[in-house]
Amino acid sequence: MTLNMGPQHPSTHGVLRVALELDGETVVKARPIVGYLHTGMEKQAEYKTYTQSIPQTDRMDYLAPMSNNLAFCLAAEKLLGIEVPPRVQAIRVLLTELTRISSHCMWLGTHALDIGAMTVFFWAFREREKVLSIYEHVCGARLTASYFRVGGLAMDIPEGFLDRCRTFVDEMPAHVDEYEAMLTKNPIWLARTRGVAILSARDAVALGATGPILRGSGVQYDLRKAQPYSGYETYDFEIPVRTSGDAYDRYLVRVEEMRQATRICDQAIRRLEELGPGDYRLRDFKYVLPPKEEVKTSMEALIHHFKIVAHGFFPPVGEAYQAIEAPKGELGFYFVSDGTPRPWRMKVRSPSFVNMQTLSVMVEGRLVADVITAIGSLDIVLGEIDR
Amino acid sequence: MTPLTPERVEERLRERFPGVPFRRQEGEAVRDHTLYLPAERLVEVCTFLRDDPELDFAMLSWIAGVDNLPREPRFEVVYGLLSLSHPRRVHLKIELAGEQPRVPTVIGVWPTADWLERETYDFYGIEFTGHPDLRRILLPEDWVGWPLRKDSPLGYEEVAFTHNTPERIKPSPELRKLQPKKVKYRAH
Repeated sequence: MTLNMGPQHPSTHGVLRVALELDGETVVKARPIVGYLHTGMEKQAEYKTYTQSIPQTDRMDYLAPMSNNLAFCLAAEKLLGIEVPPRVQAIRVLLTELTRISSHCMWLGTHALDIGAMTVFFWAFREREKVLSIYEHVCGARLTASYFRVGGLAMDIPEGFLDRCRTFVDEMPAHVDEYEAMLTKNPIWLARTRGVAILSARDAVALGATGPILRGSGVQYDLRKAQPYSGYETYDFEIPVRTSGDAYDRYLVRVEEMRQATRICDQAIRRLEELGPGDYRLRDFKYVLPPKEEVKTSMEALIHHFKIVAHGFFPPVGEAYQAIEAPKGELGFYFVSDGTPRPWRMKVRSPSFVNMQTLSVMVEGRLVADVITAIGSLDIVLGEIDR
Repeated sequence: MTPLTPERVEERLRERFPGVPFRRQEGEAVRDHTLYLPAERLVEVCTFLRDDPELDFAMLSWIAGVDNLPREPRFEVVYGLLSLSHPRRVHLKIELAGEQPRVPTVIGVWPTADWLERETYDFYGIEFTGHPDLRRILLPEDWVGWPLRKDSPLGYEEVAFTHNTPERIKPSPELRKLQPKKVKYRAH
């Protein structure tokens, strides 16, 4: 029998469709069918300036907008050959790690809800809500942040922002303990996730899986350590790795990542407190908007402002690929520039798209009920798969 | 282990494949290590890059198509390779001329190429010969054209009239009979 799961099934987290060939309750073949949310973002980017494409990136992985902003901006900065000041790097690290916590909260809540544990959903959303309020405080938007810019940030962090982050970071580890108290030794949770949706390290590498899926299969690989960006090499944190490659191990990896993310946030806040107020963008006005005060007083600043707003900046002819460790895995942007203010080609290497391919390996030969667990443990976002 | 430099990767490749004209991409702002190679040697070079213990490019991270219209050769396919043990990236580039570009599939080297190649096929119409299931992936199955080619029309779709509509989607004669009859209005 062939069964269509989705595109409207609640546990497919959006508009994923899986064509399942069944023998009784056993899955013989699982074929994910994607594309229902395709909006042609790569094509659209070719007709926008670099800055105009930043709001598009929020809508790819809409659960981790800041990570997408960061990957986009870092790739553009690599193309331009510029690097942002340490204070900006610390703000970016702080916000992307908060994003990781929020994204993992969302994953944990919905994954547990799919399997039947309802309370975790409410608890995890409580903390996600706090991160969204922090977003709102820093940039005015809760979901589509668009806060990072090529060469810096859209605006400086507001007053009281660091205290607010500090409160959240201090209380978060206790909340992670709460989630773990609900699930880690829960017999139902163990029965539904342990030994289910197994992905061997060999398959994970061959299928290009990254992020917690790769680390849950026993491969210690994290771009923050392997190819550091934004000064991650100066932070003290660990990369959790588990070896059995089942849904339970991916759960443990992500929960531990939430703890590690709070550690990084803590260090970033301290660093920002030490640095005090300062520039929130690079002072290279060929690529970055000059401060408004200077625009009012300096002729050159006015011209730079006008040129960047009217045309966008002109990158050199060339190409660059830059990847970051997003909550879901390796998120990369590849730019080909022909020297005009619009990219000749923008390619998005989205982690969910590549990770999605592992679903067939995880569920073939298993029960239909395990497909739900497998999809949940993959942590996919269809906005990012379809783009 | 000594760090794997881009020069070392090239050296190893030239040792193993003396006849293959590898060419490093030069440019003012080419920020990554990119090698051009001919399409017909792609699979063996990739297999070597994956299996050689020193290079160990175990993962294919991404594939991108590029349309360089009006330049010739028009198309490029870029392969983003990743070595987990070093960690090091290298990009391979294949140049393809003509309206119907073809390149051999690397699905046998890295199974992840399945969807990556389908995506590139979907956007550019680049045919990956030997791919077992080369269908559109993100666009609808009945989509006409290759949207990321630079000559793909942007909007301004032709409106469907009787004279430009194919027979199969014209209303059948039976359906026409069901349409309301014209009523003659009489003045009171």
